[in-house]
Amino acid sequence: MDVKNLLSTIQANKRLQAIIVGLYIVVTFASLYLAQKSVIAFLLLLASLLLLYFTSFSNRVKWLVGGLVLVVLLPLAASQGEAYQSYMEVATLVGIYIAMALGLNIVVGLAGLLDLGFVAFFALGSYTYGIFATSQANNFMPFGHYPLSGESFWVFIFIGCLVAALFGVLLGIPVLRVKGDYLAIVTLGFGEIIRIIFNNLDKPVNITNGAMGLASVKPPELFGIQFMYPSQFYYIVLIILIAVIFAVRRLEYSKIGRAWKAVRENEIAAQAMGIHLVRTKLMAFAVGASFSGMMGVVFAAKQTFVDPTSFTLVESITILVMVILGGMGSVPGVILGAAIVTILNLQVLTELTNWLNQLSLSGVIHVPDALSPAKMQRFIFGIILILFALYRPQGLLPAKNPVFDEKDLKDTDSNHPMNTGVHKGGTQHVHLDS
Amino acid sequence: MIEQVLQTLPQVLIDGLALGAVYAIVALGYTMVYGILELINFAHGEIFMTGAFVGTAILLTFSGLGWMASMPAILALLLVLIVTSVATGLLGMGIERVAYRPLRNAPKLITLITAIGISFLLQDIVRFITELKNGNYILTGPSLFSKQIGVKASAISSVFNDASVKSSFFIVLILAVIMMVALDFFVNKTKWGMAMRAVAQDRETAALMTVNVNKVIALTFFIGSALGGATGVLFAVQYGTIDPYIGFILGLKAFTAAVLGGIGNIRGAMFGGIMIGLLEMFAAANLPVVSHGILGAEYKDVFAFAILIIVLIFKPEGLFGKVSVEKV
Amino acid sequence: MVLKKTFSILATTTLAVGLLAGCSGGQKEQNASNGGGGGNGGGNVIKIATQTPLSGGSATLGESIKLGAQLALEEQKANFEKLGFKLELVPYDDQGDPKKGVANAQLIGADKQILGVVGHLNSGVAIPSSEIYEKYSIPMVSPANTATEVTDRGLKTVNRICARDDFQGPAGAKFAIEKLGAKKIFIIQDKTAYGSGLAEAFKKGAEDLGAQIVGFEGITIGEKDFNGVLNQVLAKKPDLVYFGGLYTEGGLLIKQARDKGINVPIMGGDGLDSSTLVQIAGDAVKNTYMTSAAGLTTATDAGKQFAEKYKQKFGKEIESYSAYGYDSMGVLLKGIEEAIKANGNKLPTRQQAAEGVRKVQDYQGVVTKVSFDEKGDNKYAKIYIYKFDEAKYPAKLEDEVSKQ
Repeated sequence: MDVKNLLSTIQANKRLQAIIVGLYIVVTFASLYLAQKSVIAFLLLLASLLLLYFTSFSNRVKWLVGGLVLVVLLPLAASQGEAYQSYMEVATLVGIYIAMALGLNIVVGLAGLLDLGFVAFFALGSYTYGIFATSQANNFMPFGHYPLSGESFWVFIFIGCLVAALFGVLLGIPVLRVKGDYLAIVTLGFGEIIRIIFNNLDKPVNITNGAMGLASVKPPELFGIQFMYPSQFYYIVLIILIAVIFAVRRLEYSKIGRAWKAVRENEIAAQAMGIHLVRTKLMAFAVGASFSGMMGVVFAAKQTFVDPTSFTLVESITILVMVILGGMGSVPGVILGAAIVTILNLQVLTELTNWLNQLSLSGVIHVPDALSPAKMQRFIFGIILILFALYRPQGLLPAKNPVFDEKDLKDTDSNHPMNTGVHKGGTQHVHLDS
Repeated sequence: MIEQVLQTLPQVLIDGLALGAVYAIVALGYTMVYGILELINFAHGEIFMTGAFVGTAILLTFSGLGWMASMPAILALLLVLIVTSVATGLLGMGIERVAYRPLRNAPKLITLITAIGISFLLQDIVRFITELKNGNYILTGPSLFSKQIGVKASAISSVFNDASVKSSFFIVLILAVIMMVALDFFVNKTKWGMAMRAVAQDRETAALMTVNVNKVIALTFFIGSALGGATGVLFAVQYGTIDPYIGFILGLKAFTAAVLGGIGNIRGAMFGGIMIGLLEMFAAANLPVVSHGILGAEYKDVFAFAILIIVLIFKPEGLFGKVSVEKV
Repeated sequence: MVLKKTFSILATTTLAVGLLAGCSGGQKEQNASNGGGGGNGGGNVIKIATQTPLSGGSATLGESIKLGAQLALEEQKANFEKLGFKLELVPYDDQGDPKKGVANAQLIGADKQILGVVGHLNSGVAIPSSEIYEKYSIPMVSPANTATEVTDRGLKTVNRICARDDFQGPAGAKFAIEKLGAKKIFIIQDKTAYGSGLAEAFKKGAEDLGAQIVGFEGITIGEKDFNGVLNQVLAKKPDLVYFGGLYTEGGLLIKQARDKGINVPIMGGDGLDSSTLVQIAGDAVKNTYMTSAAGLTTATDAGKQFAEKYKQKFGKEIESYSAYGYDSMGVLLKGIEEAIKANGNKLPTRQQAAEGVRKVQDYQGVVTKVSFDEKGDNKYAKIYIYKFDEAKYPAKLEDEVSKQ
């Protein structure tokens, strides 16, 4: 009973919340600052964002504090030691995957179209930039001098976005007549086809250099400064991510967003209500694909090496796991899901394996190689998918329907801006009948 | 060009039939489950793969114990087949009980995701068990039936080249045919088979007709998985070396076969399987010739996927299926 | 309500944990830097990382490199203790995936105590990862990367002790055409960076020597059924079949080819060089040739001793690249040792370590002699040609080709 009282006092008292959150951020910041190698401190500082989400401040305050943490505190704390680039690398990749997961969220979560070939759009974006930023394009382009300078990177973000959206529409058109389960298989097939094509497009005209991949992709340049380190890419990714989140939010609460949700719930009823089925679905594909395309360009520039092995089926399933884990249709959920899965994959499992290795080498316990955590990735994904599908299909942070407060709506002719009247409440129950 | 194609035709036909038989039986598993539950059992490919591993493990144990020398190979194979079928059948039933039954009323998307999860889980479990015992997840079984038999197709017409057939091919083909005929008989001529067809057609009415729906579904899974596991053993015998990832792509192609034949239709699945096997082998052998070197043999997977996509877009009910009208 | 309660409790506990983490983390860092006493981060511990695939299709080879390197490091521990440094091994698994390799490379770069890397096996992983090593000036010595692109970029930290594909391919072609009398050759490759590159190099070498390439086909890794491609081979009736790829597919290809009655010699590259090839192909492996950058370890006495020590310590037989892992570590440690001495017996910077490694000349390893040229290639790298007369590994050494 004491805990319940404590919690309700915390809920009610905004100042108390501010103190708790502030204290938490300061403590984790300090611990990361002082203990550079502590991956736990890094993760806890990131988790402060999660804590922030649960507070009851206004949106503006949350964004400000969150922005402060991400833009200033995190890099500052991490930069004090040697692990700086490593943390920034993880953070950058998390950002890239968040954007892709948001894209898939639109297709799967909002519009209810299970797309298992999603990584194809990522590949398209990467190859688009890769081909023109290395000397590869000289093989088939009749004009221009390649590689293009790093300054073209910024333009290519938009070009990647458009190319991916275009292919999203192209892929969507034949696929739209197919229902539910079959859609999953068809998109899976398409994803594989695109990967195989990229792997083999070195004859008769060498467009993608086949399995050898494109190396030495030009890093982005701005006013003469080259972006070579993950810490610099971190900011690029952050900016694009903010744009993406903004776009998703606005789309979700707009006419097209509601159309998507209607199509997801019951296609025939939606059609009866006058929603143009084909156009809505194509929009979903196009928007989702465009996010991946943009991030594909960034990924290519960051890795400086593009080859087909980065774009396999396992990637598509990974992104799907992020969406399911976080909560289909829920933006904060998907962000959380993407963060958890990427960090698990890249840092936690590797560190765990290293730790177990050290223990084995010093003879404390002997964990056989076959069971090493880094290899158990599929096992963990499988378990996550099954457990969540069975016991918590709405994900960690379920999607919430905006509930409009009648009184505030009536007050619009006073000085209240619209947004403060929107209370988020009522968990959505996701109906997906095909 | 045509003569090159014709020359290799006998060999392509034989290889295609062997591959097609494998696809056909795996496709049966998919089609049966889809007919009853309207669920694509993604994990079926993995059950096939588990069957292959269990079978190879038993065969290896047999050779280790020296029993192989003392009994005719065909007897050993039959023994292994029976044991593996029962094992994988039980596995399939277990999966249905644990993962699919609680979700019977949930949206399709969720069940599909569970299936993908189980698929991944099985792959990794088999992988680390194999790696623990073997040091490597690639497993090579003892070779049975490796005698080569020459088929003198050139005697029929000089346009054809000679073909050679491994004797395991005949074993595989004969066993496959036996399994398909047995299944066909079971589904069409026995009471349980009738119950399965009833549940597939209309679950609620079947329940009203005193059919124990749960039992029937469990039985369907058992049979489908048992057949899948048996095919796995045949696959292992045919190719010798297996790894935990063979199930996935093969499952996908078998699903294509099921769809091609008409999902829910058992005879269609068999036909579809053979068709896909032949087409794939034909593509692998002849794509470069036909396309004058532009497309290489590595495009054969693309070929299979392309067929799937085309069938699903233009004729989703498959070659032998009935068009299902969606009622509102 | 329950949900909010759970999360609130979670929040409070994380706060507490955060405090603890901060305290204990701070403590750890204090201890570490106290133990060091100056120098560039980390006192007198020198760590060497290995990055090879410990899972996946090439795990046998990746594991063998790690074990070889481990053996070398353990042997040198005493030597380095005399100089006042403690040696440690940090193995990483790149899973044959470039993304993993890059992520691990960042982790390696972040750990200031790591002064060198032995790796990789797959050239497709080595290329992007080495971009990161270059940024951090960490020397990398590769026991097995044969793709030309690895050193062709002119990076100062990338070195290899094995031969290159543009040497291996033509050497194989020369043997096939001159010694085996092949005039029509059918080439199959596995469409990976390694397989394609090697097959292309072989094709060029063969065409230069006047042979006719009757087919150039690709297969997909993970496939089990190669009857389609082999049917094409049957149709074209070549004198030799060349396979650019790894042992998993190679073994099956050889077995199925022999089953089909293709009895001409089959030749492959160093990707076939593993005991698993014989395991998979069985008796069909007879009349198979391969070029390898790895020499026959047991040909010399030093090599035989190495094989004994390896078996004693790890309980496994050596693989082709075990000795190369051993020699890579040896070269790396030699370079670092020189850098220590040049730095007045103090811990060298990574830059100095990289320079020290590149300067190594005439190092005699158990299986090869090493001198790095200005690109990081080994002047003494040789290509060895083997023949499988029976289903046993290792195969019989037929010939060796050295760089002129």
